[in-house]
Amino acid sequence: MTNPSADDARPATAGRASAPESDQAPQAQEIQQVQAPAAGDQAAGQDADGADGADGAQPLLRLAGIGKNFGPVRALSGIDLDIPVGQVTAIVGDNGAGKSTLIKTVSGIWHQDHGEIFWQGRPIHLHTPKDATDLGIATVYQDLALCDNLDIVQNMFLGQEPVRYWQLDEITMEKTAKQTLADLSVVTVRSVRQPVGSLSGGQRQAVAVAKAVMRQAKLVILDEPTAALGVTQTRVVLDLIRRLKSQNIAVIVISHNLTDVMAVADRIAVLRLGRLVTVGPKSQFDAESVVDLMTTGTSKRLVAQPAEQPSGSSSEH
Amino acid sequence: MSTEVEEPPSDAAEADQIASEAAAVAAPDVIADSLGEYVKLWLARVRGGESGALPVLLGLVAIVIYFQARSSLFLSAGNLVNLMTQAAWIVMLGMAEVWVLLLGEIDLSIGYTSAIGATFTCWMLVPPHPWPWPVAVLVGLAVPAIYGGLEGVIITRLRLPSFVVTLAGQLLALGLLLEVMDWAAPGSGGTIRLYSNVLSDIEGGAMSPLAGWIVMVVAVGLAGAMFIVRDSRRRASNLAAPPASVTALKVVVMAIAGVVVVLIGNTNRGVAVAVRGVPWVVPLILVIVVAYSFLLGRTRSGRYFYAIGGNAEAARRAGINLSRIRVTAFVLAGLTAGIMGIIYTSYLGSVSTNVQGGQNVLYAVAAAVIGGTSLFGGRGKMLGAVLGGVIVAVIYNGLGLLGLGAAAQYMWTAVVLLAAVTVDTTARRGRTST
Repeated sequence: MTNPSADDARPATAGRASAPESDQAPQAQEIQQVQAPAAGDQAAGQDADGADGADGAQPLLRLAGIGKNFGPVRALSGIDLDIPVGQVTAIVGDNGAGKSTLIKTVSGIWHQDHGEIFWQGRPIHLHTPKDATDLGIATVYQDLALCDNLDIVQNMFLGQEPVRYWQLDEITMEKTAKQTLADLSVVTVRSVRQPVGSLSGGQRQAVAVAKAVMRQAKLVILDEPTAALGVTQTRVVLDLIRRLKSQNIAVIVISHNLTDVMAVADRIAVLRLGRLVTVGPKSQFDAESVVDLMTTGTSKRLVAQPAEQPSGSSSEH
Repeated sequence: MSTEVEEPPSDAAEADQIASEAAAVAAPDVIADSLGEYVKLWLARVRGGESGALPVLLGLVAIVIYFQARSSLFLSAGNLVNLMTQAAWIVMLGMAEVWVLLLGEIDLSIGYTSAIGATFTCWMLVPPHPWPWPVAVLVGLAVPAIYGGLEGVIITRLRLPSFVVTLAGQLLALGLLLEVMDWAAPGSGGTIRLYSNVLSDIEGGAMSPLAGWIVMVVAVGLAGAMFIVRDSRRRASNLAAPPASVTALKVVVMAIAGVVVVLIGNTNRGVAVAVRGVPWVVPLILVIVVAYSFLLGRTRSGRYFYAIGGNAEAARRAGINLSRIRVTAFVLAGLTAGIMGIIYTSYLGSVSTNVQGGQNVLYAVAAAVIGGTSLFGGRGKMLGAVLGGVIVAVIYNGLGLLGLGAAAQYMWTAVVLLAAVTVDTTARRGRTST
């Protein structure tokens, strides 16, 4: 092993679990209980049978003790995270913190090594991206996966075109696409028969999200949705995220851009070196404290809250 | 990139800005409200680099004027009918190439696989015990289709570039052609005559003048009815439809083209006895173009051809089976080449091992690319291949008429092909940079 960062990472992950966490726990790991007052959640989520959950209050998606190893590298360990409906959960973290690994686990690209995933209270196993899509988990990756040469309608229905008398049912497709875009208030496209290659970055993002919504997604995961966008287009995408929320869709946003995160998120989860440092409602963070948490794993700036012992980190092994 | 596009149009100036931006990219049919606006939007598109078939049509007119000025025979009925029969096989080969070019692939073997298919067909029709001609045709189509399918399987399974696999396929096919001919007609000097009046009549026979008119009227009538039904169904569903005047204009243009072709065909072109009528190959090509365009434009699989050519990864994530579509493309290219082989045999009256398979396939690529099919995949239409094939045939025919042999034909085709690819690449660059 000559790579210094890899050498760094492993002892750090292992070491921190014992030493600093015990010191800093009162400030840093307090917040989990706030958003989950129901169902005796206790922030731990390691209780495998949350299935009985109290009616609407149970989270749409619950990650319990998720761990993922790549050879000797522990990319994720002991992640406990609840994703409630109708809220935007931002996952932030420095490069290599495990954001992408976590998302790929949830969207079925690969299966976790430890822990369990619960969907509406039931344990699920995601082995392929299709498993996730079938449940209603839609992931919009940074590259958006759109065909530039096809128009908006054709892209939104790609792979699921309705057929009538052996012909593509263009009228149904176009009406549904227009309706979906209207529901998301994407008013800026002149014609849904425009090729996607001619759209701006914000509009393309909107088409990719509308595609997910049209397919009855219950959870939309957006990977760096504003990374390549200018100021105006970023605003368009943030509005779009708020509209998703208002349609009672759960949203996970992965972002480096803390301004955008603070603007749109209801809850913030901070990852660092494969562990969940903290998660809580946005009101308990400000930009500086999030940066502190992302880089050092602790922050003295946090608004004081009743402490909560992290569960996943100690229950691993 | 303008930021105004992002905002709902709040004032007139902004709306105008949006209109001109949309005009540059969306087909005028879907956003124009009147004929005047249609023309305005179309001009905006041409200025924006999305000129469609316009430069090709202008080029065709220029070439025709040049040849007519050099030889008054060029626009005579006899030569124009001759041109139709020459264009027929180039058009077919161009359409074969469109199937694979749409996916960003290429098939260099079809020039010879078509000849192998035609050899089987001719061999089966040799007296004294000929097979029924439909069976012979079926075999002649199946052989190149299967050959294409095998190439497709190798390309998808081993993940090899189609250029290399089909280049090897071209050499193999030439070898097989020699073998098959040697086995089917030993001692014939590598040639089998076509002993079928039905198949000879594809290129050599003609419809009666009355039948020509009937076919033309029915074809234009059906197309017009289809446009009107589609537009009214869209309007009934509150979707944008092209203005009635635009649709009417399209039907009129089609009717004029049909009348011109039938008039040319029905003019007496015989010397001693009267010869009239549109060659049978013209309605045959028409039927194939309509069928292929339907497959590409109106079916799921057709849509997937464009999707894979545009962004294969997006298509894969949408759950499309890439290998199945790729192999299908090579099968269809082979099948179309089989049709071309039979038309070509009908044109020459025999099949021979001297067929210029390597050169013909380059004509095919030229026809497809001149007709607007992108070499990078995702863009192109069957109708474009017809237009491109006609241009290649006009050059081939006109230079022959001027007595300027093979050397000039090669060089002129090269110039036109280079010009077409340049237009394709610049247009592509223009699109990605905006």
